[in-house]
Amino acid sequence: MTAYTERIAATARSRTVGSRIAASLVYPLGLPTLLLVLWGLVATRGTSKFFPDPLTIAEAFRETWVGPAFVEDVLPSLARLGLGVAGSIVLGIAAGTVIGLTHWLRELLEPLLEFLRAIPPPVLIPVAMLLLGITDTMKVVVIVSGAVWPILLNTIEGVRGTDSVMKETAESFRVSWWERLWFLVLPAASPRIMAGVRQALSVALILMVISEMFASSSGLGYRIAYFQRNYLIAEMWSGILLLGLVGVFLAVAFGLVERRVLRWYHGIREVNRA
Amino acid sequence: MPDRSTLLRVEHLRKVYESPTGDVEAIGDISFTMDAGELVCIVGPSGCGKTTLLKCLAGLLRPTSGVVEMDGAPVTGPSPAMAVVFQEYGRSLYPWLTVRGNVELPLRHKQLTRAARNKLVVDALEAVGLAHAARSHPWQLSGGMQQRVAIARAVAYQPDILIMDEPFAAVDAQTRADLEDLVRELHASRTISVVFVTHDIDESVYLGQRVLVLSTSPTWVQEDLAIDLPPERDQITTRALPRFTELRTHVYDQIQRAKRGQAVAPRSAR
Repeated sequence: MTAYTERIAATARSRTVGSRIAASLVYPLGLPTLLLVLWGLVATRGTSKFFPDPLTIAEAFRETWVGPAFVEDVLPSLARLGLGVAGSIVLGIAAGTVIGLTHWLRELLEPLLEFLRAIPPPVLIPVAMLLLGITDTMKVVVIVSGAVWPILLNTIEGVRGTDSVMKETAESFRVSWWERLWFLVLPAASPRIMAGVRQALSVALILMVISEMFASSSGLGYRIAYFQRNYLIAEMWSGILLLGLVGVFLAVAFGLVERRVLRWYHGIREVNRA
Repeated sequence: MPDRSTLLRVEHLRKVYESPTGDVEAIGDISFTMDAGELVCIVGPSGCGKTTLLKCLAGLLRPTSGVVEMDGAPVTGPSPAMAVVFQEYGRSLYPWLTVRGNVELPLRHKQLTRAARNKLVVDALEAVGLAHAARSHPWQLSGGMQQRVAIARAVAYQPDILIMDEPFAAVDAQTRADLEDLVRELHASRTISVVFVTHDIDESVYLGQRVLVLSTSPTWVQEDLAIDLPPERDQITTRALPRFTELRTHVYDQIQRAKRGQAVAPRSAR
């Protein structure tokens, strides 16, 4: 009897494991595959030259981006993006911590910050061009000027919201100012800070492309606009595809970092849900 | 106790919270002294300013008037000779640190070698029976265990006086009994003085060598009661003693009188 139930349980288990792996692949990959097939069918039957079929785009992708273009266009773009994101994170967290901890500074700056945040960052590109010229610095500055806001405002909120009992605990044990910053204030604000960084990443990617379309002689944004003006449609689509892949890569990298940094936070939520 | 010197002296302590809608007098006039090595419980009706009193003792709040003296010196801020165990362990322990990290944090600013610090942490965790959980995070532990971590953190700090604010109000009855015995054991074995604030009458009588009964707000000390139970206490036999019942009935009556406002304030308070 026990052997029988065990056998049933074993088959049920292997079936669930197998189907779980299948399901974990079918769901994320199924719809994109289906859409690609549909696209291919429509493209081969249709006559529009603006929608080449996926195979043509894949071919263009390989020819365009694998080779010198990777060094000339992709790497500069990624470098600007990386510098812009790093600058936004450092500036946002540093300024946000100071403002969040200083009551009068917060009262003074908050309306102004809300206004500055509301300005669509691309309109700063002409201004930055005037002030900094068509340089890499200009593009990094534009990226920072847009991506810093979600990090800054979230850090201010996170730092301000430090739990009162946690603060009293640190006070009663005479924990020093730096230790309080490092072991209490920043970790307590980290869920909000990470939420800000997540938003900042997508803003930074958008601004990277736009600033390169506006004023550049290299980079992904420049290259895509160039292809479009020269009727290189398949190449243009391949650039868009590459941008999408960069976005996915950023999201995955962010997810890995976030899971490490906020392990405690997700752990608590799991415990509370159980 | 070989040395019966005064450790803590509170004289005419008064605390008024000022607010735009009117001032609230939380503490009217509290005076008492506490000897080194004592375990004093403070009970009172709910909302009688127990937590306010405790924060004044710990140097977290400035009294409006009156003096809190520790070893003859006025308390003007948190003292290295005091450690506090808060009621809300979930908000007092840092969830991003491990159990070990939490216990170690207050020791970082002390001038200790790594080995000495390590020894204090291990020793404190062993004392509360959590040596095996050092690498866990607080939220992976039960409520009672989390409060043990908070106690270990306070013990590792090596204070002369441990201030506990309704520490066991949020744990279940059985865990509570274990934690009560832990406090008595730490008090006896480590010569730490303890101020234990509670709203639980039985708990105050079981734990304390003395029980201070507070009046309703604005608060004064309504009674300072010596608990003449044997020093060796046990959850079953001590609580079954006729004297235990007498004392708890007495404290209960006092608190009922306090609630009805029948108790008479000392002349100095009014």
